[in-house]
Amino acid sequence: MTLRVQASGPLTLVEDAGRPGWAHVGVTRSGAADRSAYALGNRLVGNRPGAASLEVMLGGLALVADRETTVAVTGAFSRPLLAGREVAYAAPVPLRPGDRLVLQRPDVGLRTYLAVRGGIDVPAVLGSRSTDTLSGLGPAPVRDGDRLPVGSPLGLAAPAVDVAPVARPSAGPLVLAVTLGPRHDWVDLEGLLARPWVVSARSDRVGIRLDGPPVGRPRRAELASEGVVRGGVQIPAGGEPVVFLADHPVTGGYPVALVLTEAACDGISQAVPGQEVTLRLA
Amino acid sequence: MDAALLPCGEQAVLVELSGTDAAMAAAAEIGRLRETGADPWRRLVDVVPGARTVLVTFDHPLAGSAVPQAIRDALAAMRVEVAVGPAGTLVVPCRYDGPDLGVVAELTGLSVAGVVDAHTSAVWRVAFGGFAPGFAYLVGGPSLLHVPRREVPRASVPAGAVGLAGDYTGIYPRSSPGGWRLIGSTDLVLWDAERRPPALLTPGTDVRFEAVP
Repeated sequence: MTLRVQASGPLTLVEDAGRPGWAHVGVTRSGAADRSAYALGNRLVGNRPGAASLEVMLGGLALVADRETTVAVTGAFSRPLLAGREVAYAAPVPLRPGDRLVLQRPDVGLRTYLAVRGGIDVPAVLGSRSTDTLSGLGPAPVRDGDRLPVGSPLGLAAPAVDVAPVARPSAGPLVLAVTLGPRHDWVDLEGLLARPWVVSARSDRVGIRLDGPPVGRPRRAELASEGVVRGGVQIPAGGEPVVFLADHPVTGGYPVALVLTEAACDGISQAVPGQEVTLRLA
Repeated sequence: MDAALLPCGEQAVLVELSGTDAAMAAAAEIGRLRETGADPWRRLVDVVPGARTVLVTFDHPLAGSAVPQAIRDALAAMRVEVAVGPAGTLVVPCRYDGPDLGVVAELTGLSVAGVVDAHTSAVWRVAFGGFAPGFAYLVGGPSLLHVPRREVPRASVPAGAVGLAGDYTGIYPRSSPGGWRLIGSTDLVLWDAERRPPALLTPGTDVRFEAVP
């Protein structure tokens, strides 16, 4: 079966669990930015973990299925409409042929996940169907008029739950749990932890920039290139922190002072520009 | 060998070593342990060497696990001077026609022919990757070839361009912006996601450049 995309919105990408294991040759893991929301979507429609979904930034997606299937909407709360009626969030939703599913601009959060039973079945590159926006690996961003193939639901378990009791992303100030990073002693750590930061509009799947007074770098030595992780809080020469997201470069040349916990990485991937975040040692 | 384990989030540690040779050896050893399939290496996700570090990533939280001690034990038993063998050898046919060849000759005090000779005589080894899929930082060249990056990076460097920066040489796997001093070009396809292996230059690979017309 296929999903016919009538409108693709500001940025809709195919994402799955990413391509771990290739970082030594310069390929980052990529995959869904909010891993827990993505994984929940697959569970709700009975998919195996790792099936590809759509990651929809700021809504604007409209599509029609050519066969009966089941979808689930998780992540940013985008008030899904099916044939003009609001349907449940974080729940399996039956989609009939010809019904138009619309994801509106979310009131809260940035990235909505649309899981479909059988998974989006575009060709895999290095074992993943994810679009890596840094290197360009994987499928092109979804465009208006695309027909997205959907995998066979044969052999999949029936969707088991009605509604998942999940917390929606928060619109208010976020408190993000961090642990010390490898170069915490290279920067003014107290300054980094003391004040709230503002998510910059110059943020994407590679990293989120945090606006605020520059973080001091008492240790001015050059750092030799070293591996970095998702959630790493890097302090470049200018002192403006960058939090690495799913498509982060595999190595970096600036000190990583803190690392967000896995849950906090999912949390900040839903933060919108202007939102306030505070980093707090776990 | 001496190794310091630096914290790097719930599922990774950054192992800091005495230098690039030690980092290459440690990365090779941890890679070898993964091949054994034994615990706790079975759930290792990525081994990412850097200039003097190795990032080791797992698919589970490391707090309370056997991983940190296993890394310490594995590296404590190693000696840097017992170098690991190459992960393979690659000959790269290179036309020495780069736009910065003359500048590199000036900076190094060599003739153009001398630059070519120094670059082709060395046995380089891939220390680590990064920057782009298939890009590799090669070490082992003579110190007289050390040149700083361009002050203003080029907006576009063609695929196959061979460059120098600091004590590294490298080959651009695809067209991209870049600040390295370009001395030549190759027709080798460094990166092809559909090929196995996709990258010709993996950490530990030995590389020789061969001048071609």
